[in-house]
Amino acid sequence: MRLGYAIPLVIFFALAVALYVGLGLKPRDIPSALIDKPVPTFDLAAVKGRDKGLATADLNTGEVSLVNVFASWCGPCRVEHPLWMDVQAAGNVPLHGINYKDDPDNAANWLERFGDPYTRTGADRNGRVGIDWGVYGVPETFVIDRQGRIRYKHVGVMTRDILDDRILPLVRQLQEQKQ
Amino acid sequence: MIAEVGHFALVLALVLAIVQSTLPIIGAHRNIAPWIAVARPAAFGQFTFIAISFAALTYAFIVSDFSVATVARNSHSAKPLIYKISGVWGNHEGSMLLWIMILSLFGAAVALFGDNLPPRLRARVLSIQGMIGIGFLLFVLLTSNPFERLANPPIDGNGLNPLLQDFGLAVHPPFLYLGYVGFSMAFSFAIAALLEGRVDPAWARWVRPWTLAAWCFLTIGIALGSWWAYYELGWGGWWFWDPVENASFMPWLLGTALLHSAIVVEKRDTLKAWTILLAILTFSLSLLGTFIVRSGVLTSVHAFATDPERGVFILAFLAFTVGGSLTLFAWRGPSLKGGGLFAPISREGALVFNNLLLTTACATVLLGTLYPLFLDALTGEKVSVGPPFFNSTFVPLMVPLLVAVAIGPMMAWKRGDLAGAIGRMKFGFFAAAAVAFVTWYQTTDGPVLAVFGMAVGVWLVAGSVIEWAGRIKLFSLDPAASWRRLRGLPRAAHGMALAHIGVGLVVMGITGVQSWTVENARVMRPGETISIGKYDLTFKNAGTIQGPNYSALRGIFDVSIEGDHVTTMTPETRSYPTSTMTTTEAAIRPTIVGDLYAVIGEPDGKGGYATRFYVKPLVHWIWFGAFIMVVGGLISLSDRRHRVGAPARRAATKTLAEASA
Repeated sequence: MRLGYAIPLVIFFALAVALYVGLGLKPRDIPSALIDKPVPTFDLAAVKGRDKGLATADLNTGEVSLVNVFASWCGPCRVEHPLWMDVQAAGNVPLHGINYKDDPDNAANWLERFGDPYTRTGADRNGRVGIDWGVYGVPETFVIDRQGRIRYKHVGVMTRDILDDRILPLVRQLQEQKQ
Repeated sequence: MIAEVGHFALVLALVLAIVQSTLPIIGAHRNIAPWIAVARPAAFGQFTFIAISFAALTYAFIVSDFSVATVARNSHSAKPLIYKISGVWGNHEGSMLLWIMILSLFGAAVALFGDNLPPRLRARVLSIQGMIGIGFLLFVLLTSNPFERLANPPIDGNGLNPLLQDFGLAVHPPFLYLGYVGFSMAFSFAIAALLEGRVDPAWARWVRPWTLAAWCFLTIGIALGSWWAYYELGWGGWWFWDPVENASFMPWLLGTALLHSAIVVEKRDTLKAWTILLAILTFSLSLLGTFIVRSGVLTSVHAFATDPERGVFILAFLAFTVGGSLTLFAWRGPSLKGGGLFAPISREGALVFNNLLLTTACATVLLGTLYPLFLDALTGEKVSVGPPFFNSTFVPLMVPLLVAVAIGPMMAWKRGDLAGAIGRMKFGFFAAAAVAFVTWYQTTDGPVLAVFGMAVGVWLVAGSVIEWAGRIKLFSLDPAASWRRLRGLPRAAHGMALAHIGVGLVVMGITGVQSWTVENARVMRPGETISIGKYDLTFKNAGTIQGPNYSALRGIFDVSIEGDHVTTMTPETRSYPTSTMTTTEAAIRPTIVGDLYAVIGEPDGKGGYATRFYVKPLVHWIWFGAFIMVVGGLISLSDRRHRVGAPARRAATKTLAEASA
């Protein structure tokens, strides 16, 4: 019976260890596997109402590009969305969108209502392509270099700081590199 | 200069917190009266300095002092005054400062109102409170200093996220924190009781009002947050099972359990160790919530500026506080002897049932919230747990609880009469069945579960009314005698009945909005009409208007029912130039049977606008029910036995009350 009183303590320590490991995992960090690898082979049709789909070839045109994984059901995507509108308005780098596990009508409504920052969009309705890209949380953002390789991956909400301090400088650096 | 005063005051508060958390507790242990006496002035002093610090930050926000980093990042000179003020806690640093201020406010309240507490218990409670204060003051000073200066102040600030520039959200965090932090009182009392090795009915009577107050605040906070999500996010959703929502919901569930188990300690002198454990866990979950929001272990809409360094700090603090208190519990808990025995079918039994279900429900929510993290830690696999999980686990747990809530209060202490209680519920059963039938008849579509949900809601309301009417012997005595009984009934009894009725209303509201919401969306041009439910909406026109720090597209819709004009609705989409962000201001026409909800979106460039309409049946019952629950809680809080507190003084006041009556 006395031991029973220690059960909460034991459970708590298991929890604390998991939380500590969780901190170390940093869900925003890049899984090294995909970095510097060519983008996966895929071919997606455009989001409903749009004509330019997204495929591997579109990311291997000798141009640096950004790929943003988004969904209408994703609250954080809504938060970072204005930043993408800025990126599109600035016109320094093409931004493509992978619409992850989304209802076509909702996705189209979402883009109509808040604005469409994407040059090309791909509707990944069942999440198959997402698996190849290693998507585990929406939103995610990838930086693709001139040779069509993934150079950087950001998981979670894009913030002004991360965009200005990490993403855009990397894009400029990659753009300056020779083919 | 003012910012430096704030920073300095915070350091002084830390020094006082260190004094408060050491001298009194040692004094209580060794029985040194002057050291025990330090507790009260230290608590007042700590609150005063933190309040000065908070005032300094507020001042920096009001005068838009952009040389302070927090202000520059989160405020803007063109913002309305109220949002400059609410901007103080609309960011990580400021919200932590508010957290601490509320913590010290509770400490000061114990010092002020704790006259009837034995001085040693009071000293211990304040010392524990001081220790929590040290942890959070260090956290703010070391990892999130709100008074940090910028070498090159910008001309204007970045502005507050427009989604947060809203009245509901301006007042949501303070209430939430009052709730979260309020549970620190129950925690401190629990630790003090473990140190003293004594838990008795008097202890429960001191703890209950603090818990009840914290619970009321937390209920308001959660309800405000949900209401805000409903009218501001433009989807008409009111609860998303987002990790941060869960973080506030878990302490609420356990706090509710604590509220009820403390009654058993107070009335029957049993369930002591369990109640202590609940008090520890409730506050631990508040701390865990803080950890989840600020560390970035889970991604959420609410995630503030996340920073792993802060995460490590909070986790270390969590391990110290929770680990320490649970170790103390494992060590001292077995010595807390239970008093009264009771049969399974009894008031105590019903409250134990309530506690079991609430804690299980809380564990389910905790599991669903942290499961992605566990899986990631163990296997590296990433998943997200969504509403389907919570709906299919949480709801089945709630149903038996809700059914039992109507019957529990009819049970006698020690040994209850279940058959008698069910007999008394005859009317409730018929009422529920009648409503179920009407619901079934009225709604051709919608899930079968909805009929059941409405019945459960009515059952609960009816049960609470029957129990309350039984107490005053309504209809079985003449009205005058019933009135006298009504006057004589403790306020806690009225409070309980009201709070339970509130729960019933919430259940009906949730059932209504989840089952029978209708939606209609399409691109509309001025002059066109759309119909939804019984309403016809004619799109008059759309135009641009200017607000203080935004410009808005406003659509005007004439609403009519069968040709009769009812109202005009003006939904807006606002864009904020400083943050290139747009927000939805839905137009809502609330009625008692349901809301009409209208949203206008982007123009399509060809004269049309994306529009969306919902009819949300009974949705306002959710918040009205929550309001009723809070009113019940407050009435119960005003009960004489809480105001009097110590049993020693109870007799004296009783005679006084009788004399004045």
